Amino acid sequence: MQHDFKLERRKYVIGALVVVIILIYIVRLFSLQVLEDKYKDMARDNAFYNRTIYPARGIIYDRQGRELVYNQPAHDLMVTMRSVKNLDTLAFCQMMGMTRERFNQRMTEIKDRSRNPGYSSYTPQTFATQILGDEYARISESLHRFDGFDTSKRTIRQYKYAIAPHILGNIREVSPKELKADKDNYYRRGDFVGDMGVEKTYEKFLRGKKGKELLLRDAHGRIKGHYENGKYDVAPVPGNDITLTIDAELQAYAESLMGNKIGALVAIEPKTGEILAMVSSPTFDPRLLVGNQRGKNYNALVANPYRPLYDRAVSASYPPGSTFKPTQGLIGLQDGAITPNTVLNCNHGFRFGNFKMGCHDGVASWTIVPAIATSCNGYFGWCLVKILENKKYATVQDAFEQWKNYMVSMGYGYKLGVDIPGETRGFIPNRAYYSKAFRTDKWKPINIISISIGQGEILATPLQIANLAATIANRGYYYIPHVIKHIAGYEQIPDTFLQPHRTMVDSVNYEWVVQGMRQAAVNGTVWRAGNMDAEGIELCGKTGTAQNPHGKDHSVFMGFAPMDDPKIAVCCFVENGGFGAVYGVPIGTLVIEKYINGEISDRRKWQEQNMLNASTMQNMGAYKKK
Amino acid sequence: MSFFKSFDWITLIIYIMLVVMGWFTINAASYTFDNASIFDFSRPSGKQAVWFGLSVFLIILLLCIDAKTYMGWAPFIYIGMMILLLVTIFIGTNINGSHSWIKIGTFSIQPAEFGKFSTSLMVAWLFSQYGFKFTNPMDFAKVCLVVILPVILIILQNETGSALVYFSLILLFYRQGLSGVFLWGVFCAILIFVLGVKYSVEPLPDGVVLGKDEVAPPSMRGEHLVLAIIPFLTASMLWGYAGNAAAAIRLALISLVVLIAYKVVKRYVEIPAEILPYFTFRIVGQSLCVGSIIYALWRWIYDNKREYLLVAAFAIGFIAFQYSVGYAFHNVLKDHQRGRIEILLGMKEDLKGDGYNVNQAKIAIGSGGIIGKGYLQGTQTKLSYVPEQETDFIFCTIGEEKGFIGTSFLLLTYLVLILRIIVIAERQRTIFAQVYSYCVACIFMFHVFINVGMVIGLVPVIGIPLPFFSYGGSGLWSFTILLFIMLKLDASRIERY
Repeated sequence: MQHDFKLERRKYVIGALVVVIILIYIVRLFSLQVLEDKYKDMARDNAFYNRTIYPARGIIYDRQGRELVYNQPAHDLMVTMRSVKNLDTLAFCQMMGMTRERFNQRMTEIKDRSRNPGYSSYTPQTFATQILGDEYARISESLHRFDGFDTSKRTIRQYKYAIAPHILGNIREVSPKELKADKDNYYRRGDFVGDMGVEKTYEKFLRGKKGKELLLRDAHGRIKGHYENGKYDVAPVPGNDITLTIDAELQAYAESLMGNKIGALVAIEPKTGEILAMVSSPTFDPRLLVGNQRGKNYNALVANPYRPLYDRAVSASYPPGSTFKPTQGLIGLQDGAITPNTVLNCNHGFRFGNFKMGCHDGVASWTIVPAIATSCNGYFGWCLVKILENKKYATVQDAFEQWKNYMVSMGYGYKLGVDIPGETRGFIPNRAYYSKAFRTDKWKPINIISISIGQGEILATPLQIANLAATIANRGYYYIPHVIKHIAGYEQIPDTFLQPHRTMVDSVNYEWVVQGMRQAAVNGTVWRAGNMDAEGIELCGKTGTAQNPHGKDHSVFMGFAPMDDPKIAVCCFVENGGFGAVYGVPIGTLVIEKYINGEISDRRKWQEQNMLNASTMQNMGAYKKK
Repeated sequence: MSFFKSFDWITLIIYIMLVVMGWFTINAASYTFDNASIFDFSRPSGKQAVWFGLSVFLIILLLCIDAKTYMGWAPFIYIGMMILLLVTIFIGTNINGSHSWIKIGTFSIQPAEFGKFSTSLMVAWLFSQYGFKFTNPMDFAKVCLVVILPVILIILQNETGSALVYFSLILLFYRQGLSGVFLWGVFCAILIFVLGVKYSVEPLPDGVVLGKDEVAPPSMRGEHLVLAIIPFLTASMLWGYAGNAAAAIRLALISLVVLIAYKVVKRYVEIPAEILPYFTFRIVGQSLCVGSIIYALWRWIYDNKREYLLVAAFAIGFIAFQYSVGYAFHNVLKDHQRGRIEILLGMKEDLKGDGYNVNQAKIAIGSGGIIGKGYLQGTQTKLSYVPEQETDFIFCTIGEEKGFIGTSFLLLTYLVLILRIIVIAERQRTIFAQVYSYCVACIFMFHVFINVGMVIGLVPVIGIPLPFFSYGGSGLWSFTILLFIMLKLDASRIERY
């Protein structure tokens, strides 16, 4: 074989070519493997699937330990778009019991990023939520035929009794707004969050801690088990059970009495501030807001002209009417404007020049005790004049500012801080308010006289009125009303509910007001419909007939019993119920009797029947217009 | 000298290294976190162990056969194999449209794999024939015919990837006297193809992703670019091939001046409206190309050197290539082949369709980092994100589990193997052994470069195995036969003296 040396040199060209290409490849690999970071993330996103395990939400009990709200297993139907292959749409729709149009619509909704911002074809998206019992059994049987569909376990809330929707609240999917505000970064789209009631207030205790599983997912979206045998999995921590101060039986009884009436009833244990029952009427069955019918039912409740979702017990501000009078007596006594023996006149009401604030008492002169018992407008008109013209103060306005401070110390004018969402503050005017309204700082007591009887600008929530009753029962202090009695795993309930709030009025002065309210029950305005001496209950009460510019007067009752060792304080507010004695007193006293004696005496059974059957709906002029 | 002394142990060691590494990698690639045994015969690694065991007998057989026998039998082996390839077209089992597999009982073999060593033997046989001269057109045509025949048969089996392997023999031809201008011409053609195709569409703005059947708006940039570089490519040939540096510089300078002048005039001078339609870059570029051809032809007439004619032919070829490539790209290539090229050139993404494989392969390799995730710890491959991970995309498993250290080590091992084969080829005393050894080198090179290149996104996806790594008995045997015939020829080189 002859050698061609010129050609032999070409071996170097070929060798160099190999070396150069290998070097290029190594450089390329260096940039891919060492310099680039994104591939690691991409591989992780590919292979790892973080599955959230939802904890069981805390159970809610009443004060007797009855289960009120519990968890019921349900399933969500999830779809991973990328894994949906050869879907037999017809069979699928049959399984789901939905039309093809609805199916297409739902799929479009899921893929629409403007409505479902977290959409990814790689991760499971919620196709249908809260599938219960039989429906789930039917679906899970044939689900294996549909690639890309899977169920995810989820518990939903269920209610033992159809009571107290406003207190208990419910759960719903977290809203985009809440997601944005979620600082702990706890919620993900589609998570459930408490809405209304204690479900919302105690959300952080009830929800527990989500667990997670780090799963391996193959290219077809199939789960291939736990990563490193579950080394990175975290078990969920169930939510804390909570016990409420509510007495389910009393609540149910109060709700039935408030049936077909609009208004609210609040019953508080004065010694502790625990709310025993709190009714907003009309009410609704909390189960309506459970499961996949929630949206439909919710819309129906919103559309209802009587606004059942509106919690009148804490959110509605009403003129308190005559239930306001005891506060005026207390301020007068404390501030030295009157003494228990001060006699004030009533001449068919409060008369000042041509001005007259009418009264049903005729011509009379009273001290404070009978004035409260008979709810005399004249007395309390003059009482306010005396308070505001007290020589202690340089001006009427200074005296009024002090008056306002007294009112605030009694829990009026500001939110009490109850652990039910949506509380409003009512309204107690201050000096500046009137100066602005009258366009002068020199207004006279006579200009604002109607506030003395709880009319005019004064507004209070039924909760505030009940709290006033509790304060009087305690002779001068109250605990912030609350519905929480115990949180499992915690020594005590939040501190704010354990601090007594003293009013600016001394205990001794309260005794006179207590006497007045006792007299009201013995022989005054409360007597006819509310006296329960025969039942062994020493009742103290105060009626109210709140004038209502929109229609018939509101019927109000505020009271507590027994007088010397108060166990319960109640406010009952019936919109358009007329005189306080018509609805307020019977309903309020029936609740008291039921709570203290456990049953209604035969003597008062007729009244119970009356109240159960009575309806004030025909008087709802204001609502009919809507 | 004894066989043991003359046998090339280095190559054998590399061979064993690669096969063993490959075996472990096949196990890793088909492993699914289920702790299955590497010897489980229902799994690829178990089967590969069987193939490997059988190839030990094959090696012994190959080394026992007398070296002269290979030369003597080369034509018959070649003819027999061609008949087998032809038969395969008709009796081959249809696997994804490819008819390259013959089922024998439970086993399948892929005759195309064995076409490689038989064609190499035949080419070596031709070269070693008395009076054979590679530069003689008749002999050149014979060689081409021998090489083209299996290409056609394999393409008819729908195994385009395996058919392309034979084009790697151009390096052998170069070594045996084919002018370097042809290698350069191939490089230029690839350049023209890449530029012409890549810039035939408008670039996509950031964040815009084309759907499966969407096409970016066409652009003139590709044609302009190619027209602008053809004069310079011609000049490079005038210098390198015809050896006329002065002429080359003249042509390049004139072209450069014309191009710059065009740009300047276009920007600063107001062109009369009647000339404007003709005053385009396209016409200027085309004129320059035609000028280059005329210049080369003129040099040919003037100097009477054949080389100038060839340069002119190349220039004409380039222009023809430029204007036919678009048509070929859209009408000759199959959709998925075009798609692979478009993805490689960054013209589209299509991560769910044609781009899926390479993207997942890149994720697998890229996520391996420097030292990798550890043996059997790769998630991309274990969870079957990477397709064909035991066969064509096995390099991903190395990349993911062994990291940059593993991939560069493997590439360097292949580099050593290929350079060693070239060394062996160069020390042969017979044309037959030398040509055959170069064939082996070329085939290994092509397989390594194309396989690894496609996985790391440098060449389009062409489904060919990585030698000794990819799972498959036919592949392992084919490469073993190729290599050990060479080693036998090499071990017998001294006996001739």
